[in-house]
Amino acid sequence: MAIFYFLIFPGFIFTAVVGLLASWIDRKVTARVQWRKGPPLLQPLYDMMKLMGKETIVPKGSSRLTFLLSPLFALAAVTIVSTLLWRTIISPNTTFLGDLIVILYLLIIPPLAVIMGGFASRNPLASLGANREMKLILAYELPFVLVTFIPVIQAGMKIKLGEILIYQLNNGIAVGSLSGIIGFLVAILCMQAKLTLVPFDIPEAETEIMTGTYIEYSGVPLAIYKMTRAMMLFVLPIFLVILFMGGITFSGWHILWGILKYVLLLVIIILIRNTAPRVRIDQAMKFFWGPMTALAVLGIILAFLGL
Amino acid sequence: MAKTIIPIGPYHPLQEEPEFFRLHVEGEKVVDLDIELGYNHRGIEKLAESKTYDQIIFLVERICGICSTSHPIASVQAIEDIGGIAVPERALYIRSLIGELERIHSHLLWLGLAGHFIGYNTVWMWAWRYREPILDIFEQISGNRNHYAMMKVGGVRRDIEESDIPAIEKAVDDLVPVLDMFKGVVIDDPVIHARTKGIGILTKKDIYNYGALGPTARASGVAIDVRRDHPHAAYGLVEWNVITQEEGDVFAKLVVRVLEMYESVKIIKQCLKRLKKVKGEIDAKVKEIPPGEGIGHYEAPRGEVFHYVRSDGTNRPVRYKVRAPSYMNVPTNKTSVVGGTVSDATIILAAVDPCYCCTERTTAIDRNSGKKTLTGEDLIRLSQEKTKKVARELGLPLEGKLKAY
Repeated sequence: MAIFYFLIFPGFIFTAVVGLLASWIDRKVTARVQWRKGPPLLQPLYDMMKLMGKETIVPKGSSRLTFLLSPLFALAAVTIVSTLLWRTIISPNTTFLGDLIVILYLLIIPPLAVIMGGFASRNPLASLGANREMKLILAYELPFVLVTFIPVIQAGMKIKLGEILIYQLNNGIAVGSLSGIIGFLVAILCMQAKLTLVPFDIPEAETEIMTGTYIEYSGVPLAIYKMTRAMMLFVLPIFLVILFMGGITFSGWHILWGILKYVLLLVIIILIRNTAPRVRIDQAMKFFWGPMTALAVLGIILAFLGL
Repeated sequence: MAKTIIPIGPYHPLQEEPEFFRLHVEGEKVVDLDIELGYNHRGIEKLAESKTYDQIIFLVERICGICSTSHPIASVQAIEDIGGIAVPERALYIRSLIGELERIHSHLLWLGLAGHFIGYNTVWMWAWRYREPILDIFEQISGNRNHYAMMKVGGVRRDIEESDIPAIEKAVDDLVPVLDMFKGVVIDDPVIHARTKGIGILTKKDIYNYGALGPTARASGVAIDVRRDHPHAAYGLVEWNVITQEEGDVFAKLVVRVLEMYESVKIIKQCLKRLKKVKGEIDAKVKEIPPGEGIGHYEAPRGEVFHYVRSDGTNRPVRYKVRAPSYMNVPTNKTSVVGGTVSDATIILAAVDPCYCCTERTTAIDRNSGKKTLTGEDLIRLSQEKTKKVARELGLPLEGKLKAY
């Protein structure tokens, strides 16, 4: 049964399909915002199929094993996160105590894998990209972890996602409170950085370092990275939906309401991505360590005060 | 920290043309910059010596796809300068009109690219979308969206019909709210301020030292503009201002270009008004060019284009010389990029609006002897050798044909 959960539903296959759909929505909406036509529905799938059929080139002098394994680490981590999150949504009591902390750890693995792969590929642009990715993780991880405490505090120091969810179902969602709103805003911006989308696409900045860490990847490993990114576009908003917006309920029209929550977050991501230029890495660090961390701390204090 | 080289080029998403910037970096900081040009040398100057004066205009139009009327205007003015040819007034207005429309489309193109370079793809697509109506006007006037082939020694090749004028006026009027929008969105955006203010600063002294031109110079407070300093076409006959900014950073260059588009709109509207009144010939019907020398300037969107022609009285020039503004502007990167970060370097390199197809020229010098290598004859020889090699490999009987050279 665990294998089924991991591979089919709600694990790999389910997340991949919805993730590719989300990336299609992202591309289509982006195209419409930019007066373009946008790709057909199955375009992300075609892209994957095409990459699967391409030759995999490993650069000379690179660390072959690390280079090829990194994408797999990223994919495995995001699949586990998705499985955990959806198990929580479907039946809040099936997961274990402290799953929130495990998920926070697992969510750092994809960027770490990207860094490993970047350094392993022995390319100056890739190592510059990995360098930037490292700084970016250091920047956004602090406020991101801080704001995940806000729903924990509100739910009475529960570090199990299922219990946070049940608390929110009974007592109103986290975004309904002042501390929740602050936490939610900070979390959205941290999510943008975790997804490395504009304005925080610094590690892969196409016009500066030509996709940085991904530059040497081709064929199947690149497809796996692309797939991971598409799945992150699905998993991270769902994580925030559980933490701050009371998750998705499977009863009657509630399910539509749940999907709407996800789509809302997706649209926010796409709009931020299309209405801002890329910032510099030092500006991003100042932004996350300065105002964002301050807001996160403020949110925690407010949560303690019960606001 | 160890020094690393970050290559920008010869093929890089930052630039549409082949060129090579070698950034020596320590971490993110750029400590040195090497500029290598000459990947796309086409030998236009030499080619011009084998063309007649009528053909040269079309040849120089191909120097650059973006300023495809700046080079022809400079060229016809240089040739007219030899013979002291007076151009009919109506043709002057048409020249300025085409030149200013081109400036708008070029600046919008740059604005879009600048947005793309700092990751703001929406600005890119929007700027290029609003550039379309300008290209449509060109198509209406000349039949081509680019490479309008409007210039001719002694005048212009096509008249602007009275019936076309309202459509052009409307398109230009529609552009003003668009420019207001870009002014609002781009110039007032705090993130764009954060990315462009205070980086890539060129002082007045740097501008004089490098001989930088156009918006690059004007953004550093150096008010040079050949349209005003050396009036040609109809620029002496209409009212407009030279836009300058004092700061010299990337943001100042952005502001200069956006504000210049308003001035271009002003010039176009005045030209259209005069075109309704000034009737008559559009061509001085030049028969021959006397021996002598001539120079032509034109303020292209990137700065002053300079053409020099020497005639010996035949229908072909004996020497043709082109100097495009990017040739003067690109070296300023050495000053503006060093000391910044890699992220800044990209937008600074793009801030001079470099146009490499205008700029390319090649001199290969042997380091040991200091002598020039790869002259014209050498290149022809290399080309023939390569053709022979390919023919041998493919087993083709090309040997006989090559003797024709």
